[in-house]
Amino acid sequence: MHELSIADSILDSVRQEAQKHPGAHVTKVGVRIGALSGVEPEALSFGFSALVKGSDLEPLALEIEAVPRRQRCPACDITFTVTEDNLACPRCANGETLLAGGEELDLAYLEVED
Amino acid sequence: MDRIPLEKKVLSENDRIAARLRESYHEHGILCVNIISSPGSGKTSLLERTLERFPKGTRVAVLTGDIQTDNDARRLSRFGFPAKQITTGGTCHLDALRVERALADWSLDSLDLLIIENVGNLVCPSSYDLGEAAKIVMLSVAEGEDKPLKYPSIFAKSELLILNKVDLLPYVPFDIKLAREYARSIHPGMEILEVSCTTGQGLDQWIEWLEKRGKAVTSDK
Ligand SMILES: Nc1nc2c(ncn2[C@@H]2O[C@H](COP(=O)(O)OP(=O)(O)OP(=O)(O)O)[C@@H](O)[C@H]2O)c(=O)[nH]1
Ligand SMILES: [Mg+2]
Ligand SMILES: [Zn+2]
Repeated sequence: MHELSIADSILDSVRQEAQKHPGAHVTKVGVRIGALSGVEPEALSFGFSALVKGSDLEPLALEIEAVPRRQRCPACDITFTVTEDNLACPRCANGETLLAGGEELDLAYLEVED
Repeated sequence: MDRIPLEKKVLSENDRIAARLRESYHEHGILCVNIISSPGSGKTSLLERTLERFPKGTRVAVLTGDIQTDNDARRLSRFGFPAKQITTGGTCHLDALRVERALADWSLDSLDLLIIENVGNLVCPSSYDLGEAAKIVMLSVAEGEDKPLKYPSIFAKSELLILNKVDLLPYVPFDIKLAREYARSIHPGMEILEVSCTTGQGLDQWIEWLEKRGKAVTSDK
């Protein structure tokens, strides 16, 4: 279960960013989690709540935006969102497409109150 | 209430160290590969078979990650090449900082190849960049052919799939053709090798793959 280490990294980043806004109180952190990130959103929420509870950051909310996998067709030079694990190009049906996104494990935003 | 946009990776600290490692491998002309599989697929066995084939003086070193015990490093140090255990004490993956620390007392000048055996786990190690040139995923035929569909992340990110324990094919219901199709449905064009660490089948191709990949590293130096 590495979602706990991921949650810990998120909290570290929140603390770092919060230092840039002295006096502000961070209420929420938004993250983007790609379908290929290896991180399970539910497990991450669970680990996050467990770490926040009783910490200096309580009550901090987590919002997860799940990002789908994208592939690129080199023949058509288009990028498309993968649905139902179908990696073939929707325009030319080429099966040899390339990974173009879905590995995100990004911090998106902080919400703060003064 | 204010919303402050952030453009930062959650693992930016790990990525920063991984980038430093990658730079240093590149500078020293070292091929680094990161081998990932479920517990018991045969990572250490593959490394044993690999090291025993290397002539004395081959500039190779191995790092092996485990939650507990240094059994794997003991198995690997018999061959006379540098081998070190990274014991994670509960963590299910290696990270760049642990690798950097483990490398600190080795001279990279004396290496051409660094093989990292990650902690046995198909999910967590896929999120942590170790600065490697290539991730390699191993799947043994005892594990079921649907693993690429269940764990797409590591199959999408790995350059090479090693299907190990093919000596067991007569005894286990494993459709190897289907396994290859599933892997390529996740990762079109993925390279696949069929190997048995017991009989030695496919090991020549594996060593050739390492040599080919090592040349690619030195030629873009
Ligand atoms: N039949 C057969 N058994 C194998 C093969 N390769 C490895 N094994 C056996 O599989 C078991 C596990 O092998 P290891 O090499 O320790 O596996 P590992 O992936 O390093 O395991 P962890 O480090 O614990 O994740 C051992 O009993 C090996 O002897 C193979 O090709 N064929
Ligand atoms: Mg092992
Ligand atoms: Zn196309």
